[in-house]
Amino acid sequence: MGKRTPLHSTHLAMGGKLVDFAGWDMPINYGSQIEEHHQVRTDAGMFDVSHMTIVDLRGPRVREFLSYLLANNVERLTQPGKALYSCMLNEQGGVIDDLITYFMRENWFRTVVNAATRDKDMAWIRRQAKAFEVGVEARSDLAMIAVQGPNARAKTLSTMDNGLLKAATALEPFFATKPGDIFVARTGYTGEDGFEIMISSDRVQSLWLALSKAGIKPCGLGARDTLRLEAGMNLYGTDMDETTSPLESGLGWTIGWEPSTREFIGRQALESQRGNANRKLVGLVLQEKGVLRNHLPVRVVGVGEGEITSGSFSPTLGRAIALARVPLATTNTCQVELRGKWVAATVVKPPFVRNGKSCITL
Amino acid sequence: MSKTLANLKYTKTHEWLEIHNDGTASVGISDHAQDLLGDLVYVEAPEAGRKLTAGNACAVVESVKAASDVYAPVTGVVVAINAALSDSPELINKDPYGEGWIFKIKLANAADANALLDAKAYAEFCAAESH
Repeated sequence: MGKRTPLHSTHLAMGGKLVDFAGWDMPINYGSQIEEHHQVRTDAGMFDVSHMTIVDLRGPRVREFLSYLLANNVERLTQPGKALYSCMLNEQGGVIDDLITYFMRENWFRTVVNAATRDKDMAWIRRQAKAFEVGVEARSDLAMIAVQGPNARAKTLSTMDNGLLKAATALEPFFATKPGDIFVARTGYTGEDGFEIMISSDRVQSLWLALSKAGIKPCGLGARDTLRLEAGMNLYGTDMDETTSPLESGLGWTIGWEPSTREFIGRQALESQRGNANRKLVGLVLQEKGVLRNHLPVRVVGVGEGEITSGSFSPTLGRAIALARVPLATTNTCQVELRGKWVAATVVKPPFVRNGKSCITL
Repeated sequence: MSKTLANLKYTKTHEWLEIHNDGTASVGISDHAQDLLGDLVYVEAPEAGRKLTAGNACAVVESVKAASDVYAPVTGVVVAINAALSDSPELINKDPYGEGWIFKIKLANAADANALLDAKAYAEFCAAESH
């Protein structure tokens, strides 16, 4: 038996099909993954993401600490509530994890890291935090729901009142607020507008039921995966890991190179790779019928070989899509070995889909 | 609990066979199989006229989750394929024993079907497999 989120019995009661995910019993779907996918693209769906690790970092030197710990630059966070996506690197420039950090107050940042990497992340963060006298607290007392879709905000707001309603209504994209004991962020992992809400574990069930009553449908991790893939968002452990750098993972934009005087873990390794990485992460669209899968071999005749890191079927586009790590010189097309046959795929720049609309020409 | 139909024969690889009076049979995958696979997005059916040997892979069904081979339940020749699955593979999820049929086969030997599982034996097989 795996670990259970506080919504475990609720998932079962709502028909969730539970599977193991990084040691957690999580709903993969509540019937149809594709219907849940469309639900999020066209209306509003909600995900239990309580398995993710919420970490509060506190202390007078917390900003200085994060400036050293993260490849992206927390100096970009000037307004309270603002969120930043970043990789946390090892000295070799490999990705230990990707995360989001919210600037709450000058002595408090809240960070969310992946579930599968929880133990190593916590050990790494604690080790690095010592020198900065930063307190590191995993908030196992909190649960988290992601509500995503074009109608996600309106429907979520309909369940709120008073100060929370006012603060959540006013939230700009990529900001968080915590007017009382509920934390609401306008962030997500689907390419749609919406909220991520953190609330104490003993109150999450009533929130989930209230959201459900407001017309927000429960969605499983299956749809979450196809949604994030369409949105061109990497999945840690699949699209990047400790052996790949952000430069080889389509995440060059998350590296805070400026100012050049800022030291952060992995900087030296990245500097030497900068401008001469020989691989890159791209999007693929399959031209024929079939489904792209993780680890399928990719080749570009005359250039070299690569591999699909995340492959699936895009319910929005009705085509198979993938993220693939390919030689840097790859241009517009490549071939993928699909069930023993080399077939053509178009190389595109992710995202494939944002805010319900295709971003690529099929 | 997945559905089985008493008038069908089943295989341990989760195909079903419905014998018709004219010596042909329809083939599909069971309700249990479609449930395990999840939403189907692609079906590669055998072309009409192809000779199939019982137990050999003859079609592929792919869901968002996985690709799975379909094995010929009996030996024979493909006489029809379900063209609707090309655009609507989800018919297999919605109606695995009806509109979700994959192909029709003309049996080389009508008695071959007797070797397959009946609904009760197949249900027991599935129950045992999931434990």
